[in-house]
Amino acid sequence: MSDWFANVDWSEIAQASLDTLTMLGGSLLLTILLGLPLGVLLFLTSPGQVWQNRAVSGVLALAVNLLRSVPFIILLIVMIPLTVLLVGTSLGVAGAIPPLVVGAAPFFARLVESALREVDRNTIEAVQAMGATTRDLVFRALLPEALPGIIAAATVTAIALVSFTAMAGAVGAGGLGDLAIRFGYQRFQTDVMLVTVVLLLVLVQFLQMAGDRLVRHFTRR
Amino acid sequence: MIRLENVHKAFASGHAALGGVDLEVARGEVFGIIGRSGAGKSTLVRLLNGLERPSTGTVSIDGTNVSSLSGEGLRTLRRRVGMIFQNFGLLSSRTVFDNVALPLRIAGADKARIAERVPELLARVGLIDHGGKYPAQLSGGQKQRVGIARALATGPDILLCDEATSALDPETTRSILTLIADLNRELGLTIVLITHEMEVVRQVCDRVAVLHAGRVVETGSVAQVFLDPKAAETRAMLDEGSDHAAPIAFDGPIIRLTLRGDAILQPVLTRIARETGTDFAILDGRIGRFKDASFGQLTLGLTGGDTAAALAALRQHGEVSE
Ligand SMILES: Nc1ncnc2c1ncn2[C@@H]1O[C@H](COP(=O)(O)OP(=O)(O)OP(=O)(O)O)[C@@H](O)[C@H]1O
Ligand SMILES: [Mg+2]
Repeated sequence: MSDWFANVDWSEIAQASLDTLTMLGGSLLLTILLGLPLGVLLFLTSPGQVWQNRAVSGVLALAVNLLRSVPFIILLIVMIPLTVLLVGTSLGVAGAIPPLVVGAAPFFARLVESALREVDRNTIEAVQAMGATTRDLVFRALLPEALPGIIAAATVTAIALVSFTAMAGAVGAGGLGDLAIRFGYQRFQTDVMLVTVVLLLVLVQFLQMAGDRLVRHFTRR
Repeated sequence: MIRLENVHKAFASGHAALGGVDLEVARGEVFGIIGRSGAGKSTLVRLLNGLERPSTGTVSIDGTNVSSLSGEGLRTLRRRVGMIFQNFGLLSSRTVFDNVALPLRIAGADKARIAERVPELLARVGLIDHGGKYPAQLSGGQKQRVGIARALATGPDILLCDEATSALDPETTRSILTLIADLNRELGLTIVLITHEMEVVRQVCDRVAVLHAGRVVETGSVAQVFLDPKAAETRAMLDEGSDHAAPIAFDGPIIRLTLRGDAILQPVLTRIARETGTDFAILDGRIGRFKDASFGQLTLGLTGGDTAAALAALRQHGEVSE
């Protein structure tokens, strides 16, 4: 057993796993905090909705599309000055979180917007006809109705973030992706690569299962 | 109570959905608006609670111009105007109880008030045991009952129904219409009921407006519009699905006899036939009930005997037109 994994330093693996989970947890939390309101805003300002506004919706869409069209690896590099400004360093777990959030939040916001579009038009109208404020509409109708869709969106985003963290690893963020690249790819230590990939797979599998389970739990259709 | 004056509505697309509508709905009546798909019925009803604003013209409720309201003023009006929809518009993520409680919560009612009011409403629509279910677990008729309970939650004095029974089978439709009629009677609700089905109008409405291509082509009591339609569009709609319009070949005078109320219970035809020697061929006919009156309408062919005397006798019982 130990012969097969001769190059694997298990304590290093443990540290890298922890770093990956921290990056994922921190960036997912911030992505949701930023992306959810952005998604709601994208929805509300779109044509036919309560705050329909061509200018605002156009600017938001442009910003979102711009960020989504920049390859993440480029984003990592061009964001370095901003990252340093925000968290004091562009390295390590802390340095990875700002680019991860900036990369994932627009993606998540779009998914939230499309989940909100799935809410029955009649239901929105019925709630407006009750004399709801926009705040009531969002918190008492839109978000509860779209909750399964939003959870599914968070799941997809979390999984995308796992692969983003691996890429962030390449530019000094640490984590499992970093190990895979430094040892597995650059030093041909296939065993290290295998272990990290399996761990990443387990993580992705877990996220997908947890997400699916939550979606099912909140679906009343 | 509800008044529309020269209301036009064009959408941003340039499409004119309403082209000059004048309408008045009295307090406490069930007012039907009937028209074909695309006639502008939904647009019209959505003007009444400010979901849509007229391009020109005014919509007023008790003298308040609806389109001048915004913010809190509009929200207050909406609590007075309940609305139900063809597709129910229930929140699928919420239980029946929470769906009905929603307008109360939005209006800022406290827990105690909600705990008292919601069961009352559910009992009124016959769903007292279903409070814990989700809409997906209910039949269409039950969903519409939840919609009605929800629309009544804030104690409105106007109820708007946009094709509220169009997604339901005939029997369920009847039971929902009965409920709507009961609410009108018991609570004195003013009801505006949109439909494309004459049958719905016949069963519950007091008065009706016929909407065609964004204009009201005819307004009147249901009996008037139903038995003696003036507009070609109304006649076309009445003739749908029947062959009333088919020309009848009969050798002799053809008349249409309309009997109302108790007159339909009298053995009119056979007695007149005996007295005048005129025989009647029944070429077409319908007998039915409006909200609170019976009617019969027959197309008769007259032959033999003293037809003039027969006509005079018929006129004593009902309306005769050639
Ligand atoms: N938001 C909108 N933007 C543009 N056109 C619209 C809009 N809403 C309705 N219309 C158009 O206005 C016309 C009237 O629509 P409306 O929904 O009032 O008809 P309706 O009588 O309710 O029909 P149905 O019986 O099919 O519900 C239609 O031609 C429709 O396409
Ligand atoms: Mg309609």
